[in-house]
Amino acid sequence: MSVARVTRALGAWGEDVAERHIERLGWTVLDRNWRCPRGELDLVARQHDGTVVFVEVKTRSGRGYGSPLEAVTVAKIAKLHEMAQWWLREHQVRAPRVRIDVIGVVREAGGVDVDHVRGVTR
Amino acid sequence: MSASAFSVALIGTEGTIVEVEAAVGAGLPRTVLVGLPDSALYEARDRCKPAVQASGLPWPEHLLTINLTPAALPKAGTHYDLAIAAAVLAAGRHVPPESTSNTVMMGELKLDGRVQAVRGVLPALVTALHAGMTRAIVPANQLAEARLVDGMTVWGVSTLSDLVDVLHGRPISEPTVPPAEPNPEPTPELDLSEVAGQHEARWALEVAAAGRHHLYLQGPPGVGKTMLASRLPSILPDLSPAESLEVSMIRSLLGELGDGLVTRPPFCDPHHSASLSAMVGGGPRVARPGCISMAHRGVLFLDEAPEFATNVLDALRTPLESGWVNIARAQLTTRFPARFQLVIASNPCKCGQHGVAEGKCRCSPNDARRYLERLSGPILDRVDLQQHLLPPSRASLTAAGTGESSAVVADRVREARQRQARRLAPLGFRCNGDVPGSVLRSTLPVPRGIELLDHALIRGHVTSRGVDKVLRVAWTIADLAGSDRVERKHLQTALAMRQGELIGAAA
Repeated sequence: MSVARVTRALGAWGEDVAERHIERLGWTVLDRNWRCPRGELDLVARQHDGTVVFVEVKTRSGRGYGSPLEAVTVAKIAKLHEMAQWWLREHQVRAPRVRIDVIGVVREAGGVDVDHVRGVTR
Repeated sequence: MSASAFSVALIGTEGTIVEVEAAVGAGLPRTVLVGLPDSALYEARDRCKPAVQASGLPWPEHLLTINLTPAALPKAGTHYDLAIAAAVLAAGRHVPPESTSNTVMMGELKLDGRVQAVRGVLPALVTALHAGMTRAIVPANQLAEARLVDGMTVWGVSTLSDLVDVLHGRPISEPTVPPAEPNPEPTPELDLSEVAGQHEARWALEVAAAGRHHLYLQGPPGVGKTMLASRLPSILPDLSPAESLEVSMIRSLLGELGDGLVTRPPFCDPHHSASLSAMVGGGPRVARPGCISMAHRGVLFLDEAPEFATNVLDALRTPLESGWVNIARAQLTTRFPARFQLVIASNPCKCGQHGVAEGKCRCSPNDARRYLERLSGPILDRVDLQQHLLPPSRASLTAAGTGESSAVVADRVREARQRQARRLAPLGFRCNGDVPGSVLRSTLPVPRGIELLDHALIRGHVTSRGVDKVLRVAWTIADLAGSDRVERKHLQTALAMRQGELIGAAA
């Protein structure tokens, strides 16, 4: 497999891990890998209280280059906000509250490490 | 999780304890540094993280907030790195959080975790001691400087790993780096015996040294003004322990303090192109000491004084009066000590030959007058002694080397200083040069032969301000002669020295 394919496969695996993590929290997954001209939303879920959460998943195969969460830049967060508005309009969803979370997934020797940061702003 | 460590913000030679707080909270990995840092300090985030990682320790993978309190005090410099790294490591529980209490830290980090020397270790530790801190951690090669402060347990660390060991209470290996670059061999002080002839000027120098009078040397080029002035420190007494600490703190702020305290009076001779901020101190945000503070408790020598910019000369007036200089910047005012003995030297005119027998002066009388007028007024008001030097005759030149050595003169100066201290200490002064006219005239015993002075005043030979100067110098002459009061002959000598000035001024 080419490097790009390996990366894509790792990303998809990470999103699976994140989805299971969200389901374990009891949230309802509304959408996954939703594309629009600005990019892709990894996961959209609804919390118990109705808050719609847009989740960015970052996956790494090790900690050699630091935490995956460090890869989320200011520009990326701004883009996530924009795409969230887009998604809400297109799906005619009325949400009492909207939030953006980032889930970092790291594949480690002993298993998987999931780091969930809620309510990301810059 | 949060933790804190301590460092010191220096404003002049006075410091404030700064608590470095580090808090790890929820949020994307990011390091925020708040508390009015300047750009060198703001970059500490980017220095500390690689340094911590290079030492095999983790940097928090969450939102890390570092706060320097008091947050409203502007802070500058790179010496906070050690405290920042320690606070972060303590917040992550990689060192015991209680281990940073009562410990002041000074030191800059390199990316590979080595610790760099910083300025101001001595004043910072003095501040910390007064604030009740009991332990200090400094760069290994500044251990000697830190140990000058009695009453603190001091560690020298050469790497961040050393710091971690100290905080864990583990012994660290003695610094492998050579303890500071050895002081460049202190240049031996110039000796007065090298000055050929100029007996009157040597005497004026001795009086100036004994009474701590400001001195003005005037004469044509090559007569020895600079030679004499640069030998003044060699006849001044050693600094007292308190003075020594003050001078050493200024030296430390400049990053020039070696392994020991400075014990001899400093000598500073800025070139006449010196800028205002070079002279009085300055710089962006947090000011650095200037020449007048480098000359604190020592000698400030202005060679070719009329060539200095007028604003630079005028800036000396306040410090001459108060012994301090306040440098005001938008965010804070910095105060440096600046109690210096002023020695100014000038040619009699631009070409230097005015008033010299057989000299060919090319200046018009007006030009010559204007040249010296640049010095007139408030600066000369503070100068008790004016000495006019003439080219030495051949006879006195061949007798070169027969003059007294500095050591001999210094002994007399020291005794005169002790005599002054005994007399003036109850009045709150140390030297005759510091005593204001009112005290001279009313509190101290009236000199014998005071009618000489009345006479000179009536005849217009001295002004009323001149009377004060003559009295001050007369006291110093009496002190040098080992007399407890001013005798008629002392007053005569003082008057004669004053007359020489008037003759010179008339020339």
